[in-house]
Amino acid sequence: MSTHYTRDHEWIRVEGDAALVGISNYAQEQLGDIVFIELPATGKSFKKGDEFAVVESVKAASEVYMPVSGEVIEANAALGDDPASVNSAAETDGWLVRVKLSDAAELEALLDADAYAAYLGTL
Amino acid sequence: MRYLPHSETDRATMLARIGAATIDDLFADIPEDARAPVYAGLPDAKSEFAVERELATYADRNVAAGAAPFFVGAGAYRHHVPATVDHIIQRSEFMTAYTPYQPEIAQGTLQVLFEFQTQVARLTGMEVANASMYDGSTAAAEAVLMAHRITRRGKAIVSGGVHPQYRDVIDTVSRASGHPVDNLPPDPGGTEDIAAAIDGDTSCVVVQMPSFYGHLRDLGPIATRAHEAGALLVAVFTEAVAFGAITPPGAMGADIVAGEGQSIGNPLTFGGPYVGLLAARAKHVRQMPGRLAGETVDADGRRGFVLTLSTREQHIRRDRATSNICTNSGLCALAFSVHMTLLGDAGLKRLAALNHANAVRLAETLAAVPGVTVLNETFFNEFTIRVPGDAAEIVERLAEAGVLGGVPVSRLQGRGKGLDDLIVVAATELTSAEDDQAFAAALAEVTS
Amino acid sequence: MKGDLGRPTQPDAERSGEAPPTFTGNRGLQIEEPLIYEIGRGDVSGVDLPDPPKVAARLGGLERADPPGNPGLSEPETMRHYVRLSQKNYAIDSGIFPLGSCTMKHNPRLNEKTARLPGFADIHPLQPQSTVEGGIALIAELGRRLTELTGMAAVAMSPRAGAHGELCGMLAIKAALEAAGETRSVVLVPDSAHGTNPATAATLGYDIVEVPARPDGTVDPAAVRERLNDTVAAIMLTNPNTAGLFERDVIAIAEAVHAAGAYFYADGANFNAIVGKARPGDLGVDAMHINLHKTFSTPHGGGGPGSGPVVLSEALAPFAPLPFVHVAAGVPRLVETDDDAPAGAHPFGRLTAFHGQMGMFVRAMAYMLSHGLDGMRQASEDAVLNANYVRACLSDLMSQPYGDRTCMHEVLFDDAFLKDSGVTTLDFAKALIDEGFHPMTVYFPLVVHGAMLIEPTESESKASLDLFVASLRDLALRVGRGEVDRFRQAPRLAPRSRLDETRAARKPVLTYTAPESYRSAAE
Repeated sequence: MSTHYTRDHEWIRVEGDAALVGISNYAQEQLGDIVFIELPATGKSFKKGDEFAVVESVKAASEVYMPVSGEVIEANAALGDDPASVNSAAETDGWLVRVKLSDAAELEALLDADAYAAYLGTL
Repeated sequence: MRYLPHSETDRATMLARIGAATIDDLFADIPEDARAPVYAGLPDAKSEFAVERELATYADRNVAAGAAPFFVGAGAYRHHVPATVDHIIQRSEFMTAYTPYQPEIAQGTLQVLFEFQTQVARLTGMEVANASMYDGSTAAAEAVLMAHRITRRGKAIVSGGVHPQYRDVIDTVSRASGHPVDNLPPDPGGTEDIAAAIDGDTSCVVVQMPSFYGHLRDLGPIATRAHEAGALLVAVFTEAVAFGAITPPGAMGADIVAGEGQSIGNPLTFGGPYVGLLAARAKHVRQMPGRLAGETVDADGRRGFVLTLSTREQHIRRDRATSNICTNSGLCALAFSVHMTLLGDAGLKRLAALNHANAVRLAETLAAVPGVTVLNETFFNEFTIRVPGDAAEIVERLAEAGVLGGVPVSRLQGRGKGLDDLIVVAATELTSAEDDQAFAAALAEVTS
Repeated sequence: MKGDLGRPTQPDAERSGEAPPTFTGNRGLQIEEPLIYEIGRGDVSGVDLPDPPKVAARLGGLERADPPGNPGLSEPETMRHYVRLSQKNYAIDSGIFPLGSCTMKHNPRLNEKTARLPGFADIHPLQPQSTVEGGIALIAELGRRLTELTGMAAVAMSPRAGAHGELCGMLAIKAALEAAGETRSVVLVPDSAHGTNPATAATLGYDIVEVPARPDGTVDPAAVRERLNDTVAAIMLTNPNTAGLFERDVIAIAEAVHAAGAYFYADGANFNAIVGKARPGDLGVDAMHINLHKTFSTPHGGGGPGSGPVVLSEALAPFAPLPFVHVAAGVPRLVETDDDAPAGAHPFGRLTAFHGQMGMFVRAMAYMLSHGLDGMRQASEDAVLNANYVRACLSDLMSQPYGDRTCMHEVLFDDAFLKDSGVTTLDFAKALIDEGFHPMTVYFPLVVHGAMLIEPTESESKASLDLFVASLRDLALRVGRGEVDRFRQAPRLAPRSRLDETRAARKPVLTYTAPESYRSAAE
């Protein structure tokens, strides 16, 4: 149940035969108070690197990209009423979508938690 | 120059502080070949009274609406504007303020916009409205693009009862952005079956109410048919006063309402500046173009207002914004809001009733002119007449006779399209029975 | 009622709305003002109208069943409502309004007076042209002067604001390319551009390619050349640019763009810096909008209306939209339909109903007549003088992203001088409010960190500027002394303290809804 990260500050965590995807704690700090999240419809498929969501603060809108290829099987409905949970729990309750992976091997190209932490140190 | 505060001494002192020898040193980045151009035909400064005199020579060559029996409508209407309205919009703090980007010192503008949005939403029977667009025609085009974003489809069906110039604007913007438009033929009789044109690619149907030709119709069945096909109903209007008397589009199933607010609080001014109104269902608010004022609290918990949902807009979203609109019609929106506040529900209802009654009287008077037919069964304050002869020529001859007798449809639709004998005529609260009689007499004269 | 003044209509548990420091919530001349929905009544009207004559209605059974729900106020109540609200606004007439890129100059009242002459204000756009010859002549004459001042061939007068003008200019470019049988898909936009530029290009289906600035804040022709090819339709360039700098290589850029078969669209938002000093036509521009509400002093009115005529080069002139003024045998006439267009004209369509912002045309004309060519040139010189004076007075305390170099009509600072102070650009701007000033433009251009863009305009006297820069210096020194609270808590002396924009965006309240709790409490 390890979490992988991208250099664009998304995270992905495999749970069973699906995975949760969200933005990292670092990303939410950079964005500030999040006010709205535009999520994709269930059933939509994305390729690795595709934009699948938009996270908005008061003065900025940031695209979120798929860390791996897959199909959205659930979007986090709780974020509609409570986008702030991405601020308070970016890497747990603040997940954005649950996806079915097309190719689990794609995970290998991502950063693990230590590598991501090291990467943040260089920013 | 009376508007420029510096004395020559000031300028010299400031240049010295900057460390520049001459003012032209500050313009040194302009390529040498392009400096000090020679201009032709641009005279030097004038005194205030000389400017007034010169501008009056232009104004004096125009026939003001108030100077003749006046029946011109077709998208702009001559209504009375209370003196209070013009006084308030000329207050320095409203007129010379900018867009309220610093809300703590712009609560006046922001509260007005919040009230304006509420007034527009309630007038049109919708849930939300924005802080104004340029005018009705551009609001209509934006409504079509908004429908495309919501439905993720791209085809608009535009009723033949929509103002011809609004149709042209929708066409221009749609063509430019690669969206097809199905323009139904002009509908002077108010008989078209727009629902029949709806198909699975349809993003929205655009219907004007009252129509350009003045007809009223129940939009409910069109809305139902559109919704069944996954399309939206965009209702357009040019005469906001109508909704003091008739059922608003929101109560008939419209998803987006776009129209012209000039009628309330704003003078004719040859076509602008006016104020575009745009209202929608709350669920579509994030696809709306333009500014929105919203309520919030300050650091001390007191109510206040700010511009909100700005991530839709070009200054943040740039090429992914809902629209490129920046400037709106703030001061005209204020005029609308002040006039609406003065009217209230009771005043608006009375004003609308007066408009309708005057139009009914005018229709009866004109119908009695030999050879003239009123096409409309239903109308609010504007309707279409068929005249024996070329409408454009007749309107011109009416003007020579001192009557501004409506708009020949061919002026907007082009000639030779079977519409050359139609005139759209309007009455408002300012139209008197004597005006009607003068119109009828002149019309009888020029068509006999 | 009193206890509710200033209380949120939709209170929540987060913040209950603390008791105001006075019983009424008013503070001397600062008077709290309820919403019209809290003080108006459905059966009150401030307009007296005669009884409608009895007629047989022809509304087809579509009579409105329920009133809209907009309450009325009597005339004195209305006056008081709006006067009190007005007193919560900052305005040019109350002090310097140094918003960069916005050109908040003096709005002469002569403009207002003349625009209200019945011969302008009370004419209908569709009354016979023979009855509005003066109106058409004024549009023609203003247009002539705009082409003269810009050195361009033609002008489209109908665009209703700057961004609408961008649409007009880019549509003319698109039409010209199509007429030449070309389809091009890319528009180049410098990264410091106004957001309207990429938004306009995107509306027309173009892909945007950004051109980064070189270290001195201007566009490098080499960077443009690298991105030019036969898919590029146009470059959209603001000059002077949004950093307040004149694009000194503009001619080289224009030549490169033209050599690639593309067009040069200029964003004329900053034209005020160069009126009477340089003509865009001499710089290779093909199309440029002119914000009459900036350069030519028509009022901003809390957000509009604007007016955005577009001047066009010889190559683009035939594609100007309907309507346009055509002068035949010395008589100007409005061409309103394709049928009516003279030979050689290929209008790309229509951008708006009617003929444009006549009320703004009259005001702009009054401005031009009043200034004359000499006065307009002096205005540009004073605008540039004032910006450089501000720069010279602040350059030792505030940081500039591209070094301390001569600017045009506006001067750009960044937040490097605030680094590690705990004070942000926003805090710094809000502190200016407490000093009685409207802040400068902040966080624009987006490419400059913590940008602060100051445009004093030519309307400011030396005394006004001296007080403004003295205040900025005082604030900058306070930052240096670590007086952070003064900034973070600002504004403390405005009609409202810092407003919660996050709350507004998370739970949007965009129209008035009667709060149930208040309603039941009142019963």
